[in-house]
Amino acid sequence: MRAVLDLEAFVKKPGYHFAFLDENTKREIRRKILKAVAIPGYQVPFASPELPIARGWGTGGLQVTMSIIGPADVLKVIDQGCDGGVNAVNIRDFLQTTTGVQTTINTAEATIVQTRHRIPEQPMRRDQILVFQVPIPEPLRFVEPSMAKTREMHAEMDYSRMWVFLYENIVKWGEITIGARYPSMVNRRYLIDPSPIPRWDVPKLNQSDTLHLFGAGREKRIYAVPPYTLVEPLEFDDHRFRVEDFTDCRCIRCGSSSTYMNEILQAGSGAKMYVCSDSSHCDQLKAARRRNEDG
Amino acid sequence: MGYVAVSGGEDAIRRSRELVDYFRLRGESSPIEVKQIREQQRLAVDKVMGEGALYAPDIAALALKQAEGDSVEASFIVRAYRATQPRRYISKPVDTTDMQVIRRISGAFQDIPGGQILGPTRDYTLRLIDFSLLEETGASVQTFLSKLGIDPSGVGDSAPFAKVVDLLRAEGLLEEVESNEGAPSDITRENLPFPLPRSAKLQTLARGETGAMMALAYSSIRGYGDIHPYLGELRIGTVPLYLPHPDGVQTVYAGRVLVTEAEIIAQYAEGEKGCTPKLTLGYGFCFGHNELKALSMGILDRCMRSRAPVKAPAEDEEFVLTHIDGVEASGFVAHWKLPHYVTFQSTLDRLRKSQRMGE
Repeated sequence: MRAVLDLEAFVKKPGYHFAFLDENTKREIRRKILKAVAIPGYQVPFASPELPIARGWGTGGLQVTMSIIGPADVLKVIDQGCDGGVNAVNIRDFLQTTTGVQTTINTAEATIVQTRHRIPEQPMRRDQILVFQVPIPEPLRFVEPSMAKTREMHAEMDYSRMWVFLYENIVKWGEITIGARYPSMVNRRYLIDPSPIPRWDVPKLNQSDTLHLFGAGREKRIYAVPPYTLVEPLEFDDHRFRVEDFTDCRCIRCGSSSTYMNEILQAGSGAKMYVCSDSSHCDQLKAARRRNEDG
Repeated sequence: MGYVAVSGGEDAIRRSRELVDYFRLRGESSPIEVKQIREQQRLAVDKVMGEGALYAPDIAALALKQAEGDSVEASFIVRAYRATQPRRYISKPVDTTDMQVIRRISGAFQDIPGGQILGPTRDYTLRLIDFSLLEETGASVQTFLSKLGIDPSGVGDSAPFAKVVDLLRAEGLLEEVESNEGAPSDITRENLPFPLPRSAKLQTLARGETGAMMALAYSSIRGYGDIHPYLGELRIGTVPLYLPHPDGVQTVYAGRVLVTEAEIIAQYAEGEKGCTPKLTLGYGFCFGHNELKALSMGILDRCMRSRAPVKAPAEDEEFVLTHIDGVEASGFVAHWKLPHYVTFQSTLDRLRKSQRMGE
């Protein structure tokens, strides 16, 4: 006999289903996730019902997480790399009350990490899943607003207009002007928008140990970069892809000079300072430094 | 130090939720009853039912109370509630000739069979602030109602009316639209690629945001496009709703819903070779009493079927249908309130690099 798990027992908020969505909706999303994993980088349309959180505020990532999460999972939610950002807090609270799962701010402890705009600094493992909140899933939106047309362009692998766009950028500005959401080729077949992660994080998608799931709620698309998949940011032989330059920058909290940093301006003096965007990693570096100093 | 985003979020959010209620209640006036909103803010409730895509007057009124009267926010709350409800049945198609009308007019014909029925409208009132409403009391309301002598049951006073456009159809002046037989799509269950089937188009329009649809319809009739519409007929009233019986033969009466229907007649279909020129129809239909929305929907439905080689914004199906949803549009516009430190840092990096290249 198969043991049946009583999911409702884990819900802290009475009257709501485990992880909020009903099982039929979850099943549909899981089917779409499987398709996305089977065709790396391909955008799979899904129904994307409304959630009690606003469109554009993480509803795609939420639906993916709600569909894959189980009572034994350990969840981490970050916004801009930070666990304490108000939207991260709100999303974590929503998922925690409807699932009762354990949450963490430590990347290494999490089984599922839901993120907006960052990949954690600490490399993730094969037993972890990284779920991205995606505002615009279509990398070709830069050059073509119509979804009917971009669908054809993907089908024909016709990315010529994107290449011309990048080339013209270099001619006009001397540099490719795309900061975050850098268009990248997956498995030499589909061009993806890796969500608005900085270029700093794009190389982490390549041949990674971790499954990356991308959910765009308002645009109703799911796509995936499976583990050990080739991910190549678009670049020219004579104009290479480059990540953000933090030469001579040190985090004022942990002293790191090898992490992605946000610029902050000191109140009063207006002096420019830097601080790690991944707050949990920064805390760990800071604690380690203190231990070294004490020891 | 300015770096406070790491902690404190939970407490700030909790306090902010309390403040929302504080600002709603701090005047200490007696709480508005949902029944009052449903009856006295009738058009606001109808708008929320339409845009929230759920026919539930009490829930729409409650959402308006909760949202302090913000119709976009109230529609969002209703939509999120709707998404948790199971879909059990698909009703039989509604026949609007069965409508018990409260208002019915035609702008294209002076005299229509059954007559024009003005019904409740502000169209011919002067938009002056009515200061006498400051003095409204329970007693004055009772006096007004008893003097009026209207049977509040409203039953049995309107016979079925033939549709105005059917007269044109009988004469062969109206181009027939593609057949809509077969199971309709359901845009809440399936995400379809463009061009959408007609049922999906109409569903998207029927739950669109009134203001957004009005703006796009206005752009077309003002000159961005070449649609010259007439109002064939606008009717508002209740229609009976029937569900299929599980035996597959009979139907089950489910109740009546208040709806607004607009039939827009536009001039000749753009001539295709060998076709006689005909009039074409744009169809508008929504929950509740919302004339601007039904009219805008009718105009947009017609615009999107334009065969013009160069399309105006209101004639581009994908442009119209992806931008009129109030829940999606409001969410994404508002999301710029979220932190974008990381992406902005990345933008600054590119900008500084470009500036250095230019030096």
